[in-house]
Amino acid sequence: MVLLDRKKAIPILIGDNKRFLIISGLAGPAKDIGFLTKESPNTFLFGGAMGGALPTSLGLALSRPNDRVLCVSGDGDILMSMGCLATIATIKPKNLIIICVDNALYLETGGQTSHTGLGVNLDMIAKGCGFPITKTIITEQELLEGKKILDNFSGPAFILLKVNKSSPPKYSRNWNASEEKLKFRKNLIN
Amino acid sequence: MIYNKVWGCYKIKMKNWQNRLYKTLKNDGIKLFSYVPDAGHKILIDNATKDNSVIAIPLTSEEEGIGIAAGSYLGGSKAVLLMQSSGVGNCINQLSLIKHGQFPFLTIITMRGDFGEGNPWQFAMGEAVIPTLNSMGVSCIKIEKKEDVESTIKAALTMVFKSERSVAVLLSQKLIGAKIF
Repeated sequence: MVLLDRKKAIPILIGDNKRFLIISGLAGPAKDIGFLTKESPNTFLFGGAMGGALPTSLGLALSRPNDRVLCVSGDGDILMSMGCLATIATIKPKNLIIICVDNALYLETGGQTSHTGLGVNLDMIAKGCGFPITKTIITEQELLEGKKILDNFSGPAFILLKVNKSSPPKYSRNWNASEEKLKFRKNLIN
Repeated sequence: MIYNKVWGCYKIKMKNWQNRLYKTLKNDGIKLFSYVPDAGHKILIDNATKDNSVIAIPLTSEEEGIGIAAGSYLGGSKAVLLMQSSGVGNCINQLSLIKHGQFPFLTIITMRGDFGEGNPWQFAMGEAVIPTLNSMGVSCIKIEKKEDVESTIKAALTMVFKSERSVAVLLSQKLIGAKIF
């Protein structure tokens, strides 16, 4: 099976990123999103605290009910915080969409196979938790279908974007989370 | 049966100060109450769950409460994490987000492995609460008397949301009573 390339698929799926407040998980997705938004003030990228992207996006979504929050994170990060899928499904924030960029491995640490490469299906887990909308994207046709989910406010939605093993784009980011926090808040609150 | 009997005692002793504690948090504008259930937090959790003007978030593990607090701050709201001392251990790496990102963070922790504890399993984490939190940059303030609850919570709210510090308020077993085994 020919899988999608994250460098092409993620920009197509997200479209105009200015529509969203974006929390990105660490490692690959932080590069995907940093490259896409150039760390514009609607973006907060994790660089550590693995497993923190899902709960942070939940806190943000509940705090900003009139804005759409997008959490873009990897299979490894989401596997580490799977309990939070249950929490999100319980609270059901309509304005939260999760994109799991699933390459089925830990690219950052040498390419070890992740649990999703060993048979774990995060779409079914999200569904089992009670997410009203879930979608697995493997083909280009499914990518276009997935795009429509991002146009709606009827989440929470969980999108499993299956991608090949290729690297994310090269991007030199700001590692200072305090600066990024201030930038993000200033954009929203002042 | 024993549990119910104990809870009966808890209820009489705690109701007033716990209700005041909830009002103090709410009056300060706390919107998100994340929690892992604990008997010592029961009244606070019940209050938050019944109140439509706040959001009570049951967690599967305490560490979720760290990201929720940070995300809530990014969006301009205030959050609190309610947990038992054993949950502190689950939070340690997530506190990297708070410490490195200098996020304000408030948690209220009911202690186990403390004054009069009868379950020997509770001591290892109970005794590690203050050193581990301190090592992750979280200041700890312990309350032992009910007359100190309101003033201490107000002080913690000021430290967290005015000075943007991370603070844990520890409710001692002297205050909440030790569970009987």
